[in-house]
Amino acid sequence: MIQSTKPFVSRGGTELRLEGVTKLYAGTAAVDRLDLTVAQGEFVTLLGASGSGKTTTLMMLAGFTQADSGRISIGGRDVTALPPGKRNLGVVFQNYSLFPHLTVAQNLAFPLEMRKLGRAEIKDAVLRALEIVHLPDKAERYPRELSGGQQQRVALARAIIFHPQALLMDEPLGALDKNLREHMQIEIKRLHASLGATIVFVTHDQEEALTMSNRVAVMDNGKIAQIASPRAIYEEPLNRFVASFIGQSNFLPGKVLGGRGDGFVVQLTTGDKLNCRGPHQPAPGDEVLAVVRPEHIAVYREAQIDGHRKTISGKVVDTLYLGHTIKLEVCLADGTRLMTQSTSAALDGVVPPPGSAVQLDLGSRSIWCIPAVEEAK
Amino acid sequence: MKPRQTGWFVKLCAFFALTYLTVPILVIIPLAINSSDYLRFPPQGISLRWFMTVLESSAWMGSAAVSLQIALTSTLLGVSLSMLAAVALVRARIRFKQAVYALILLPMIVPNIISAIAMFFFFADIQLGSGSLAIIIGHTVLAVPVSVIILCATLQGVDSRLESAALSLGADRFTAFRRITLPLIAPGIASAAIFAFLSSFDELVIALFMASPSTQTLPVRIWNAVLFQLDPTIAAVSTLLILVSALCLVAANTLSMRFKARM
Repeated sequence: MIQSTKPFVSRGGTELRLEGVTKLYAGTAAVDRLDLTVAQGEFVTLLGASGSGKTTTLMMLAGFTQADSGRISIGGRDVTALPPGKRNLGVVFQNYSLFPHLTVAQNLAFPLEMRKLGRAEIKDAVLRALEIVHLPDKAERYPRELSGGQQQRVALARAIIFHPQALLMDEPLGALDKNLREHMQIEIKRLHASLGATIVFVTHDQEEALTMSNRVAVMDNGKIAQIASPRAIYEEPLNRFVASFIGQSNFLPGKVLGGRGDGFVVQLTTGDKLNCRGPHQPAPGDEVLAVVRPEHIAVYREAQIDGHRKTISGKVVDTLYLGHTIKLEVCLADGTRLMTQSTSAALDGVVPPPGSAVQLDLGSRSIWCIPAVEEAK
Repeated sequence: MKPRQTGWFVKLCAFFALTYLTVPILVIIPLAINSSDYLRFPPQGISLRWFMTVLESSAWMGSAAVSLQIALTSTLLGVSLSMLAAVALVRARIRFKQAVYALILLPMIVPNIISAIAMFFFFADIQLGSGSLAIIIGHTVLAVPVSVIILCATLQGVDSRLESAALSLGADRFTAFRRITLPLIAPGIASAAIFAFLSSFDELVIALFMASPSTQTLPVRIWNAVLFQLDPTIAAVSTLLILVSALCLVAANTLSMRFKARM
């Protein structure tokens, strides 16, 4: 797909770093002493609900918003006080922000004109950029004559045409329908791979974050609740916020009995014992929460025993039949309620009626546990 | 859903309202194409002689030139100032924005005669006296409110993120404004200019206070003519003025329609 030999987004030393960055709005911190390092060539997604500070963080990186304190550097150069135009970052906005009175070619030429490039050079670059985003025949069109997906691609081309140090994207796919969005996700990933660009991507869509990123930073209240690979974010959440924000989680309270191998044994308040692991090795007697995904629970009608592993008994409270899946709300012996999600096939298509006893199998691998009391940050 | 049909009663009301608004203005036209020596309605015979009288009169044409010069200058000044005000009011984060806005609109709310008296004494105090410059300043003050209203509305319709995008692409603030914002608000600037021009071209009270013998604007000369020599020349001049105003409004409308088709 890429015909050019010259990389569009520069590959050298474009690490982005925020150190202790704070932004206050009317006295409350929208972004609170945030530290974030995005390695050269890395795709990092800031994921969070609205108001979590993800967009403010991106806007401070881009230079549209001034940090109240802290330091921002790009490729080792302190840019905290630099205006956006001097930071050499490509920004893709949520609403594309294409200039409506300029043609596609003129839109793409704009950043190059700002850099005082020659006419011939600009023309070549525009053609190449249009090839990259598969719109070679749309140069003379106005943005309003393009579909949403095409506008999105022009915005992308405009953001990379001037060889920026990194790409910043603010919910760039938010306005597209589902099919187009998935298509663009693949295209952006491909662009990332072929250009080796450093990308910071903002979204509130967790699936998008998990599929696209090298690392995901889950943001909450102006802080990063956890930054890790998509797998780690899902399988090994550091705290209750991340565990419940990404997918669904059940939290089963229990007490640590002691270490075993790499992990430890936890006795749930129901009395059942589980092999567990966690972010750090807890001391015996520590209170923990076992994080169990609804889809990781197997539901049986009778007790199953497999070596040391025993199923946990509970009573069905409520049922939800979705055709391909069956969701149950189950009450355990200690009154804890949890959700299960099974495929219809696993239950032979039979929905256990409310009030019936069931046996829950949490799986053979050790269960992820987080501290019950989170230390204040 | 089908657009709702307008009922006959609404149509009738609209017809009467429009008639009420336009007929008094249009009555001047038959008076102007009158061949009689006096203002008569209905006209005695059809003739363009009074138009010829106006176009051949150095006094009337001189006044037209003065009016045009004053209107163009105060439009330029008024719209430039309004642009600065509108950008600040719409884009900047300033305290007491509403109060500043109200203050800017004040010349439109205060009766012209009050402004005229105030300016008259103030200009006398600062030795500016009467004449073109005084009228230009006075008309600039009048042009600002209407221009600010139009420019603020236009600027609000331009997504400020476009400017952010231009900045991120390497433009400085001035370039971003010149290359992106200015072309997008051009139709607003044009209609602000047209209304500013009309507010000066039609204005009597301030021009009357500040007029010197050599700077009689058209409205001032009409006023004097009405007082001293009631003949159909006035009707002809008025007709010409109506024509200019109508042309300006058509221009403003055409501009905004073409702009809407483009966006």
